[in-house]
Amino acid sequence: MVVQGKVHKYGDNVDTDVIIPARYLNTSNHQELAAHCMEDIDKDFVKRVQPGDIIVANKNFGCGSSREHAPIAIKASGISCVIASTFARIFYRNAINIGLAILECDEAAKDIQAGDEVKVDFDTGVIENLTTGKKYQAEPFPPFIQNIIEKGGLLNAINDRL
Amino acid sequence: MGMTMTQKILAAHAGLPEVKAGQLIVAKLDLCLGNDITAPVAVNEFERCGACKVFDKSRIALVMDHFTPNKDIKAAEQVKRVREFANKFDIDNYFDVGRMGVEHAVLPEQGLVGPGDCVIGADSHTCTYGALGAFSTGVGSTDLAAAMATGTAWFKVPSAIKVELTGKLSKYVTGKDVVLHLIGMIGVDGALYKSLEFTGDGVAALSMDDRLCIANMAIEAGAKNGIFPVDDVTLAYVNGRFKREVRIFEADPDAEYESVVKIDLSELRPTVAFPHLPENTKTIDECNGQVKIDQVVIGSCTNGRMEDMRAAAEILKGRKVAKGVRCIIIPATQQIWLDSMREGLFDIFIEAGAAVSTPTCGPCLGGHMGILAAGERAVSTTNRNFVGRMGHVESEVYLASPYVAAASAVTGYITDPATL
Repeated sequence: MVVQGKVHKYGDNVDTDVIIPARYLNTSNHQELAAHCMEDIDKDFVKRVQPGDIIVANKNFGCGSSREHAPIAIKASGISCVIASTFARIFYRNAINIGLAILECDEAAKDIQAGDEVKVDFDTGVIENLTTGKKYQAEPFPPFIQNIIEKGGLLNAINDRL
Repeated sequence: MGMTMTQKILAAHAGLPEVKAGQLIVAKLDLCLGNDITAPVAVNEFERCGACKVFDKSRIALVMDHFTPNKDIKAAEQVKRVREFANKFDIDNYFDVGRMGVEHAVLPEQGLVGPGDCVIGADSHTCTYGALGAFSTGVGSTDLAAAMATGTAWFKVPSAIKVELTGKLSKYVTGKDVVLHLIGMIGVDGALYKSLEFTGDGVAALSMDDRLCIANMAIEAGAKNGIFPVDDVTLAYVNGRFKREVRIFEADPDAEYESVVKIDLSELRPTVAFPHLPENTKTIDECNGQVKIDQVVIGSCTNGRMEDMRAAAEILKGRKVAKGVRCIIIPATQQIWLDSMREGLFDIFIEAGAAVSTPTCGPCLGGHMGILAAGERAVSTTNRNFVGRMGHVESEVYLASPYVAAASAVTGYITDPATL
């Protein structure tokens, strides 16, 4: 699987309250959530984002709440992939479970700037910054997690077992 | 090779003689939990995957606590969805208005979680039950759906940080100060993916309310879970309360820890986490009387228990909430509400000019029951203070213990209770 898009860049500790504020948690509708994605850190994100775009951030992305609404909002907004130095553990788990593509790569997260055009190949884990020409190698997923992703999410993988 | 307490519980529930850090396992669950925000998404996923029945109707807890009593039509519809699911599958432990409490206060109180358990919850503060010597961790709604269908969850076995506690807490210093101090030391990702294993002579001096508070905020250091050893305090708490079999797991003497953090409880001071991260801590000595506030919240899964209510009452007794300050006190369960009332604490609160609420998570996550306008500041006994956590993006939340929160309500500034 290959994705390509423009980068929206953030810093450390982007938490779930800014990704999808609690005042919007009285819905589980994906499109309604997408309309408020990143609102409390970047209120123009929803106007700028195009399908296929990529979020790049530094440490501890998605920290805070377990709200699955956070990766849901990001995925439904059209973002194809999130690259970060590190992910908070519940967000990481949720993203995999719902099929939001994520990659951990500290070097890429530090180098890539807002507005860069970036391509990601999930089979090889290679991140290519088409704007600067630089390439980075991300950590591959363990086979167990690759299986969940290949099946399109946790429940599909479970269905196979049930 | 030796295992940590967390690793032992995971091994036992995965049916394995031993596990190592980094290993991926599937573990049988004693309980899985959801609330009115996370369960609707789980119900959607459960129905979508075609699961026809739940694995065990006695091992699922659904607690309607975040936006209840229903804060608006959408919240009412979310709760209705969960209620209908609970009725359809005859879920034993469905908690609704009038019979509920904040989930991480009501589950231990009602004996639904106990020593040796393996528990997941679709709420990040599910790590709270580690105080009882259980492995307990927060997950997402899809994990909850899968758990309701299969009774299992996958885990990556965490490595551990040992937190060695010595000494005992001084007057006005509480479990909240211990955990804020710890997060201030190691940072909001200082324990990322790891278990925080609390040990040492200092554990014995910590009450169960203190331990529940400390374990509750393990997630704020990025931890997978926090866990306390099972001792006389634990057994006294669960005796006659916990409905299933107590299982005691102990770390091996040769268990491996990535690092050791030492905290002398005797040296701790009341601690405050400044906006906008729980790691942004200062001692009360560094900020006493300097920060003017508009609101105080005393409650939540972190500090809404009896000791917290009593601490607030001790400070507010015979005093008044400062003019211009709104003080909102939220006992975390119906039982705590009843006990607080019977102990005369509500007389103290109302006469001081504070508001007393039915159990709810309410303002903690900016839901309802005490939202902040632009430019307003709150001192809160809750667990997070990210941007916009309790209201407008230009409001501020300062995290503290009930003693500091109540003292701040009296003066209108962040205050050391010892200086009142």
